[in-house]
Amino acid sequence: MNKKVFLGALTVAGLTAGAAAAATLDDVKARGKLNCGVTTGVPGFAAPDANGNWDGFDVGLCRAVAAAVFGDGNAVEFVPTTGKTRFTALASGEIDMLARNTTWTFSRDTDLKFDFLGVNYYDGQGFLAPKALGVASAKELDGARICIQTGTTTELNLADFFRANSMSYEPVPIETNAEGQQQYLAGACDVYTTDASGLAATRAAFENPSDHIILPEIISKEPLGPLVRHGDNDWGDIVRWTLNALIAAEELGVTSANVEELSAGTGNPEINRLLGAEGTLGAMIGLDPAWAKNAIMVGGNYGELFEKNIGENTPIGLARGLNGQWTDGGLLYSPPFR
Amino acid sequence: MSPLSEPPRESFRLNMLLNDTRFRSYTFQLVALILLVAAFGYLGSNLMANLRAAGLNISYNFLGDPAGYDINQRLVEYDSQSSHWRAAVVGILNTLLVAFLACVTATLLGVFAGVLRLSKNWLVRKLMAVYVEAFRNVPVLIWIIIIFTIMTAVLPAPSAFRGDAATASMPFNAFAFTNRGIYMPAPVFGPGAAFLAAILAASVIGIFAFKRYATKLLFDTGRLLPTFWPSVAIFFLPTILMFFVLGRPVSLDFPELTRFNFQGGINIQSPLIALWFALAIYTGAFIAENVRAGIQAVSKGQTEAAASLGLRPNRIMNLVILPQALRVIIPPLISQYLNITKNSSLAIAVGYMDITGTLGGITLNQTGRAIEAVLLLMLFYLSISLSISALMNIYNKSIKLKER
Repeated sequence: MNKKVFLGALTVAGLTAGAAAAATLDDVKARGKLNCGVTTGVPGFAAPDANGNWDGFDVGLCRAVAAAVFGDGNAVEFVPTTGKTRFTALASGEIDMLARNTTWTFSRDTDLKFDFLGVNYYDGQGFLAPKALGVASAKELDGARICIQTGTTTELNLADFFRANSMSYEPVPIETNAEGQQQYLAGACDVYTTDASGLAATRAAFENPSDHIILPEIISKEPLGPLVRHGDNDWGDIVRWTLNALIAAEELGVTSANVEELSAGTGNPEINRLLGAEGTLGAMIGLDPAWAKNAIMVGGNYGELFEKNIGENTPIGLARGLNGQWTDGGLLYSPPFR
Repeated sequence: MSPLSEPPRESFRLNMLLNDTRFRSYTFQLVALILLVAAFGYLGSNLMANLRAAGLNISYNFLGDPAGYDINQRLVEYDSQSSHWRAAVVGILNTLLVAFLACVTATLLGVFAGVLRLSKNWLVRKLMAVYVEAFRNVPVLIWIIIIFTIMTAVLPAPSAFRGDAATASMPFNAFAFTNRGIYMPAPVFGPGAAFLAAILAASVIGIFAFKRYATKLLFDTGRLLPTFWPSVAIFFLPTILMFFVLGRPVSLDFPELTRFNFQGGINIQSPLIALWFALAIYTGAFIAENVRAGIQAVSKGQTEAAASLGLRPNRIMNLVILPQALRVIIPPLISQYLNITKNSSLAIAVGYMDITGTLGGITLNQTGRAIEAVLLLMLFYLSISLSISALMNIYNKSIKLKER
């Protein structure tokens, strides 16, 4: 598989001779659709439904960007990527943006030459353990066998956590979430660790979710967000401000239900600027004046996407927590639209 | 009267490069070589230019950085603070370990099945045919996953060994077969163990000396000494004797159930077992066919001639047929060994941390150095494969038909 990636990278590097720095927006427009990298399937975040339509929280962001550019949330080609292939796919130009539970870290932002454009989910690494094991805290896991997805930051956090607490463990590397679930349920590993949101999503799919607990320790910061290639700031701006538009829309009370009505003009100048009734924000990033309206219309604002895909009323059942608006004590804080 | 003159010495002219058959082929080959080098040079510089344009510079500095991740099966000292290079070495050793185990097992299995495929017993013959056809016609990846899944699903978890109502037990209190692997006692070497090892080595040399003596005796006097049982005795007796004389310098460390796991002893993890057996039975089926072909390539007259000399079937096989068959068997066997080594890269399917899993997996991913890591991987597999070929070719030369 790696060889294929490598050859693919060579081919792409050969074909796009020098064009890598050219405007991504022009490429996307010429192609007529957005190539968006997503996971190979994490329920709630990005997974194809029975009809093959991609759905989920990250998918919602891809559709919003596509709607901002084309006015059509379906003008997206979803490219499933694994933890291993995602960066190569983005660096080689196979995808225009990556929205795939990817943790924003220093080295990925600088050394790997990507631009993270914000955070769409504040996560942290947790542990899932069977209740029968009688473990109440991650500090009691000395000597445990731990299933862990390879090629993720969680692998490094885990090593750090156990080293800092002078404990030993045995890592059981697994490739996909499904494999981890199977190994964990068969008892081949004592504990399963990944981002707490992923654990909740995984546990929701168990036969008896109540037999398993997520340990209280969150051992890392995992700000998950969309990213693009370094060097094309115009394209980066579009994705960044589409995400901000979804967050600001929630703060301003703009939803998919009332966006049509509000776009005609309201008494709130910020809503007017956001939805294109006032000012020329769309033109500044080379898009239609109704770009943000289109983005909100396709799946709703940030809060709507959250509730529909991973919120408390879904099988995933995640509380807003850190991912609430700053006005509600969360961390979401969009810069002003001005 | 003209004196015999030397044939006219034509001085070299440039057009001879094209018109003279002595030079023409060199000219064309040189031109082709230059074109080839130029083509590769162009592709290489094009690649480098585009990589630079895409912001991907080739650098191997990351190999010295701390890896930051842990590996479950380590044959050398390694922790998460060791370098990426060290992690690659751990991976290389794991690859070599599983390749070696699988090569040995596949050879034994293959020779066994190959010989039995020619058995006169209908049932045995057909059973071996079923083995060969079933195993070589299903992709090895499927076999790896099947064995691994069966191991994790059927064998008990360590928690089943716990408590009064334990549903699983340890044979001899020494072995535990769990879905995480097999735990068994490990030898602990005390003082005097080195001496014991020396005795063992001396016994092995003794066995070879004895066999040479037996052969010499056979050639000189025609007397046939039994070799099997004396060899077994030479191997075991002195070592066991010295073991007690020295006061048991080697003790055993038994695995014990702790809170989560068995600790102590030797742990053969289930990914290694799954990969090892899958590669061995899969490739063993191919080797069986090679062996059968090799045996059938020896003309039937050889068997009949040997039989007419009064040799028993076993001896005919060992002394007459197999040595000749080996000449046919070895060359395809080399490529089977190479296949095992290369197929061991499927380890990632069961989470076995071979070189593809460490350097080509986690390191590649954590550092994002895909091209560097994959180039290094290719270099590694290439050098291992070429080394195996070289060794096997030396062996092949040694058993070649020697014409006197």
